[in-house]
Amino acid sequence: MTPKKRAALWRIALLVGAVGGLEILCLSGHIDRLTMQPPHRIVMDLVALLAGGELNGAIAKTLRNAALAFVIAMVAGVSFAVLLHYLRSLRDMLDPVFATYYAIPMFAFYPLLIVLFGLGDTPQIFIGAMLAVVAVIVNTLNGLDRIPRVLLKTARVNQLSAWDTARLVMLPCAAPHILTGAKLAVAYSLIGIIGAEFIMSTGGMGYEISFAYMNFDNAKMYPLILLILLVSIAINTLLAKWEKILMARRGLS
Amino acid sequence: MTSIMTTSKPITPTRTPSAPGAAQVSLRGVDKEFIRPGRSGETVHALGPIDLDLRRGEFFAVVGPSGCGKSTLLELVAGLSTATRGDVTFEGKPIHNRIPDGVGVVFQEDASFPWLSVRENIAFGLRRIKIDPKERERRIENALAMMGLTSFAHSFPAQLSGGMRQRVCIARTLVTEPRLILLDEPFGALDQQTRLLMGDEVLNLWRKTGATVFLITHALDEAAMLADRIGVMSARPGRLIDIVETGWPRDRDSRIVQEEAFGAITARLWRSLRAESMKAIGKPEVEP
Ligand SMILES: Nc1ncnc2c1ncn2[C@@H]1O[C@H](COP(=O)(O)OP(=O)(O)OP(=O)(O)O)[C@@H](O)[C@H]1O
Ligand SMILES: [Mg+2]
Repeated sequence: MTPKKRAALWRIALLVGAVGGLEILCLSGHIDRLTMQPPHRIVMDLVALLAGGELNGAIAKTLRNAALAFVIAMVAGVSFAVLLHYLRSLRDMLDPVFATYYAIPMFAFYPLLIVLFGLGDTPQIFIGAMLAVVAVIVNTLNGLDRIPRVLLKTARVNQLSAWDTARLVMLPCAAPHILTGAKLAVAYSLIGIIGAEFIMSTGGMGYEISFAYMNFDNAKMYPLILLILLVSIAINTLLAKWEKILMARRGLS
Repeated sequence: MTSIMTTSKPITPTRTPSAPGAAQVSLRGVDKEFIRPGRSGETVHALGPIDLDLRRGEFFAVVGPSGCGKSTLLELVAGLSTATRGDVTFEGKPIHNRIPDGVGVVFQEDASFPWLSVRENIAFGLRRIKIDPKERERRIENALAMMGLTSFAHSFPAQLSGGMRQRVCIARTLVTEPRLILLDEPFGALDQQTRLLMGDEVLNLWRKTGATVFLITHALDEAAMLADRIGVMSARPGRLIDIVETGWPRDRDSRIVQEEAFGAITARLWRSLRAESMKAIGKPEVEP
């Protein structure tokens, strides 16, 4: 067995152990039902919840807004990074801002955003995109910095326009780094949207969780948390797979 | 060195004559200075003055001590940079920091695109060239075959050896059917035996394509074996201090390394270069 496989086995064992332990603690009454449902119950509740369809609207809203925030962050982040790559002085000016960006408690500005954008979905999407965009910028810049000069010369020899050079040489070359940014952006978009729904909103999964929490409605709260976990893990696994394919192609596993 | 341009003035201005031996590239009083990074305004004289004519269809090699400006010279001819002084023309037209059509470049470093398969890498060379799909396929298959890459068409560069990656880059240039091929130490990273064999392949493609080849190398034997003429450069700022005619037949191959003349050429190159190479590594001349 390779060390990698062994590590994977241990990881699964740990997960099964933790969930199993939780199950036993819940069933034996050491954790009372008001605090938490046993895991098997959460799964059953989730299935029932999804089958019942009562939360479909909330789930769709959250996922749609997170997807929107993600796409905005990717498009804006990658474009801005390419721009910064060419504008050295602007980049030197902004570098410290990027370095300290995640020390800023973005949610503290939420009330301000509501004043600016109103009570609709816009302030939530804005927060999700703002959280995600810097991870995309920083990682894309990192990738652009590592493009070998000889590849850019090759682009010139092949008489590529600036647009084609970016599209056909720079971005593909930086793709593994951009994908790293994308993985973070998925997480940040979800955090941004769900966090904002928690604070002040009338819909979405974050709102439903907080509403269920206020009402001691564990049959709704835990399945929703589980669903968020599953969605986030699924998207990340998909991106990681893609990243792996790109890296393997380049002989970097 | 006599100027060929002055002897064969083109009568019709529409197209330069394609007779073999006519000057295809000419450099007149070419100098290149770089602004030294960091210090304000200070310049490094990297190259020149250089006067040189490349004859259409010839195999011209350049040897010189390291850092003498060989790559700088190649980039000037390729149109990748502009001369500080002097004129560079390709087929009669001046090159102004613009890559002329009909010129292919293979760089010193590996320039294959790691995210594209061998085939896609080669097809990349044809992006800008408008030809029908059949001709496109034919050229790609041809280049693959010529560089011995047919069975690796769907591999990625990471799965190939360094020499094979350089061959991908050569193939990517070949598909454009360049009239001038610039090679900057393409086999610098290879072992001696492989280099000799790669030399044969370059000779082959030179014969088959009829293109002019301008090869930069630091290996004197490689230059002596491959070229019709060899330009010897001084230490920085690089100037041409000697041009050696080898007089090899067109259908030569690496077996000429056994010939007497080969030894004589290599010896002459080394005589010209020894003092310059000493300068390049910072040692004063001892011999008069
Ligand atoms: N962009 C640049 N800016 C400043 N100096 C440069 C630049 N490019 C080259 N030089 C300098 O010009 C000189 C010639 O460089 P060049 O790369 O042409 O040498 P070379 O003969 O190709 O060397 P090598 O044998 O190592 O490939 C060197 O001293 C180098 O430091
Ligand atoms: Mg060089």
